[in-house]
Amino acid sequence: MVKLRTLYEKIWDAHVVERRPDGTCLIYIDRHLVHEVTSPQAFEGLRLAGRKVRRPDLTLAVPDHNLPTTARRDAAGNRIPIADPESAQQLAALERNAPEFGVRLIGDADPEQGIVHVIGPEQGFTLPGTTLVCGDSHTSSHGALGALAFGIGTSEVEHVLATQTLLLKQSKTMEVVVEGELGFGVTPKDVALAICGRIGTAGGTGYVMEYRGSVFRDMSVEGRLTVANMSIEAGARSGLFAPDEKTFAYLEGRPMAPRGEAWDAAVAWWKTLHTDEGAVFDKTVVIDAADISPSVTWGTSPEDVVPVTGVVPDPESFADASKRAAAQKSLDYMGLSAGQRMEDVAVEHIFIGSCTNSRIEDLRAAAALLQGRRIADSIKHAMVVPGSGLVKRQAEAEGLDRIFTAAGFEWREPGCSACLGMNPDRVPAGERCASTSNRNFMGRQGPGSRTHLVSPIMAAAAAITGRLTDVREWMDKKEGVAA
Amino acid sequence: MEKLTSVEGRAYPFGMKNVDTDIVIPAHWLKTISRAGLGRGAFEVLRKEPGNVFDDPEYAGSPILIAGDNFGCGSSREHAAWALGDLGIRVVIAPSFSDIFSGNAFKNGILTVVLPQEAIDRLMEVAKTDPIHVDLESQTVTTEFQDRFGFDIDPFRKHCLLGGLDEIGLTLDEADVIDRYEAQVAGERPWLVPAIA
Repeated sequence: MVKLRTLYEKIWDAHVVERRPDGTCLIYIDRHLVHEVTSPQAFEGLRLAGRKVRRPDLTLAVPDHNLPTTARRDAAGNRIPIADPESAQQLAALERNAPEFGVRLIGDADPEQGIVHVIGPEQGFTLPGTTLVCGDSHTSSHGALGALAFGIGTSEVEHVLATQTLLLKQSKTMEVVVEGELGFGVTPKDVALAICGRIGTAGGTGYVMEYRGSVFRDMSVEGRLTVANMSIEAGARSGLFAPDEKTFAYLEGRPMAPRGEAWDAAVAWWKTLHTDEGAVFDKTVVIDAADISPSVTWGTSPEDVVPVTGVVPDPESFADASKRAAAQKSLDYMGLSAGQRMEDVAVEHIFIGSCTNSRIEDLRAAAALLQGRRIADSIKHAMVVPGSGLVKRQAEAEGLDRIFTAAGFEWREPGCSACLGMNPDRVPAGERCASTSNRNFMGRQGPGSRTHLVSPIMAAAAAITGRLTDVREWMDKKEGVAA
Repeated sequence: MEKLTSVEGRAYPFGMKNVDTDIVIPAHWLKTISRAGLGRGAFEVLRKEPGNVFDDPEYAGSPILIAGDNFGCGSSREHAAWALGDLGIRVVIAPSFSDIFSGNAFKNGILTVVLPQEAIDRLMEVAKTDPIHVDLESQTVTTEFQDRFGFDIDPFRKHCLLGGLDEIGLTLDEADVIDRYEAQVAGERPWLVPAIA
């Protein structure tokens, strides 16, 4: 009898180059994305050892983390220097290393440039059933297309560059099932936050997740990218969606996707990539879609989630002593107190962007809410950072940029931006940001910054009122706003 | 990778618990393009405190670091291992380590030794005045005072450290296996090569 396998096991089995007696496997890597922060020392290692990149054709480089999101060329087409010398040095290293090792580089001012996890799917570089790695933990995003995708450290980046393989032990499997229908104003981001809140940031440690159930089947590919992106926030290095007709429709015709007969052959194989009926997962988590609300985080961990209509929890309400201490520390950092209504929390900054929520559907949804409206006077800074140059152009073609700027938002160049304090886009100490990014860690958006994770439409609603806001109140008043 | 057979020398009696990688090397040091030179940023925040062990001339250049539980937790940044290596540390001894840190340390020729808290307490005492000897072949930590603590290590890691073998070199030795896999897949899934490259 043929062994019943999960999707993860099927992809794993197809990539085993060699199995060692202790269970460690040499796994072939089909796709490698490279950015400027975690690659310089890997290329340096190759150079010192006199090694080359084994498969430059399976490798794609793009700068994103350090790049300022302001204009990169002046009117004459000359590069505008980057003020931070260390950022400039990392970017220069990538621009030197990629051609030296024969790797294709999408340059800082190319129209395709963007956040590495946005451009992989967008270019059709990410494909179902492939193994995909990148020196960044949010590589889990690519699981939305059915790729086994995970973040790696710099030595592993060097190992993949040199050998196109990694030594790995097989993970356990977890299915995350969300059945039912999402309520009004509830977005994929809220689903991702709900999962973090339910299982905690260590809940998925050691597991590869598979997202199953009607909510995920009905979800768009872009929504799936948001959910898979945050798998790592729930502890799982990878999160998978079985490829389906939506996946195929999304990929067909993308620049780096197969064409013609190759496309047909690929789709035929991709259709076999689903968990066999009766295959067993090591763990199952079931969430009822009806229990998920438009959500916000109150603390400094993505698991610190409450419905926007809720209140800041009392640290004393946590059963375990270390959690009580952590919650109190979070509240002190966040400047919040137990019992405070989330909707009473004023924010000064709005950030719509990051590999979690910077794709065209995210921007359309936020713009629909902001059409004809203005940000509150109390908002010091509101910013939209498209995930890629192609997203930016598409948005501009649809007039979304004009809606954002008319509302008082800045419209920026693509990059990681205020998701992490590595480039000039930061939230000042002690100030509060409603952010569509993925991590609310202490100091993540800049030293002393306070982050509330929300969906794009929740960020738009907070911009209008100047405080965390239940987006449903604003959607009721307006026709045609899609979640 | 530099071979590691035995290490003898003074040890930093550090002892701190839950040392995360932000403590080992703060985020702003991540903007480097070289593995070298990160020792200057190692424990940067702690070094601002007077009397810290890292600036005490007594321990300058020590090849061993003694720490508390859960050393190297937090982010996966390999810079933490590079910073310790650049500081001249070849062995870290603690009651427990984060998995990612242990892996990163190993990949950079640094041995992580897990010993029970009682042994750590004793070594912290000895380290204040005398050297400590770590022998990988016999898997022991010893002192001049007849202390002898055995430790466990993954046999593959031991083999690599003793021989100074790096994982990439070992994998490249199996290039023929990878060639065969690639040839097989090129037949089964030829569409895997990107349409434009």
